Amino acid sequence: MNRKESFARGLRDGIPIALGYFAVSFTFGMMAVGDGLRVSDAVLISLTNLTSAGQFAGLSIISAGGSLWEMALTQLVINLRYSLMSFSMSQKFRRDEPGAGRYVAAFGMTDEIFAVSASQQGRVSVFYNYGAMCVAIPGWALGTLAGAVSGNLLPDFMVSALGVAIYGMFLAIIIPPAKKDRTVFLVVLAGMAISALFAVAPVLRRVSSGFVIIITTVVVAGAAAWLRPVSTEEGGTEK
Amino acid sequence: MTHSIYAYILVMAVVTYLIRMLPLALAKKEITSPFIRSFLYYVPYACLAAMTFPAILNATEYTVSAVAGFAVAMLAAYREKSLLTVALLACAAVFIAERILTFVI
Repeated sequence: MNRKESFARGLRDGIPIALGYFAVSFTFGMMAVGDGLRVSDAVLISLTNLTSAGQFAGLSIISAGGSLWEMALTQLVINLRYSLMSFSMSQKFRRDEPGAGRYVAAFGMTDEIFAVSASQQGRVSVFYNYGAMCVAIPGWALGTLAGAVSGNLLPDFMVSALGVAIYGMFLAIIIPPAKKDRTVFLVVLAGMAISALFAVAPVLRRVSSGFVIIITTVVVAGAAAWLRPVSTEEGGTEK
Repeated sequence: MTHSIYAYILVMAVVTYLIRMLPLALAKKEITSPFIRSFLYYVPYACLAAMTFPAILNATEYTVSAVAGFAVAMLAAYREKSLLTVALLACAAVFIAERILTFVI
């Protein structure tokens, strides 16, 4: 696949991402203005951060007048999962493209763009990520703008319905391979089970959602790699 | 506010970018360890599964409508529909479930 085709594919796969983003960033925009931020600042946060949980946490620190250290530490804890995703993508990006492109793609390494990019067959071009970013980032920024300006333009039922869009997309990515590969099936099942355990078990409930994802991912992927290592032909980055 | 809003935004943006950028900068070489390669192969599945469930159950106004959306998305994904189709069908299921719910309540 050449760069143009990769880019076009990225644009296409960016559509469901932008759709899901709109609902989430709409809420963010609404809350930011509610907390006393200017519309332009709310949009600036969305454009420079591209992270949902991190932005919501950041907003509460800003409105509480917290310290900059507190801000840095909170972002680190909540967003640390992205480093796992970038580490995974470091072995997935094509090696015949200029290395600088990775630093641009890093900016757009959101849960959702990582999801679609990591699920591509074989190596993936950074141009695929650029394509997805070109649709997803405007969706994220415009949703923030709409929420910040209107406050209540988007009816509740729409916010509610669009809320599942991103999860639907995640399932569309992980379920088909889980049908074909028994280990992937068990990985998916274990991932859901362990994160569900963190949601209900007495002490584990207190672990923040960012860490739940990191712990679950490391434990499940680690166990799978130990018990069922993939051969170069069937898996890894050579697939 | 004790700091300028732009100081906060700068800290947020820089920390978040570094988290995303450093692993790409540091792991440029091809990793040969079969364990790490296998680990990275399973990371997306474990990570996306953990992010989806149980979070999807709290993504909508009512748990019942979220379950409807989850069930429809699972079915559509099992039939290997495209990303957009699965996402839209899940949204539609939530919408319909909530219309029925408001009718019942």
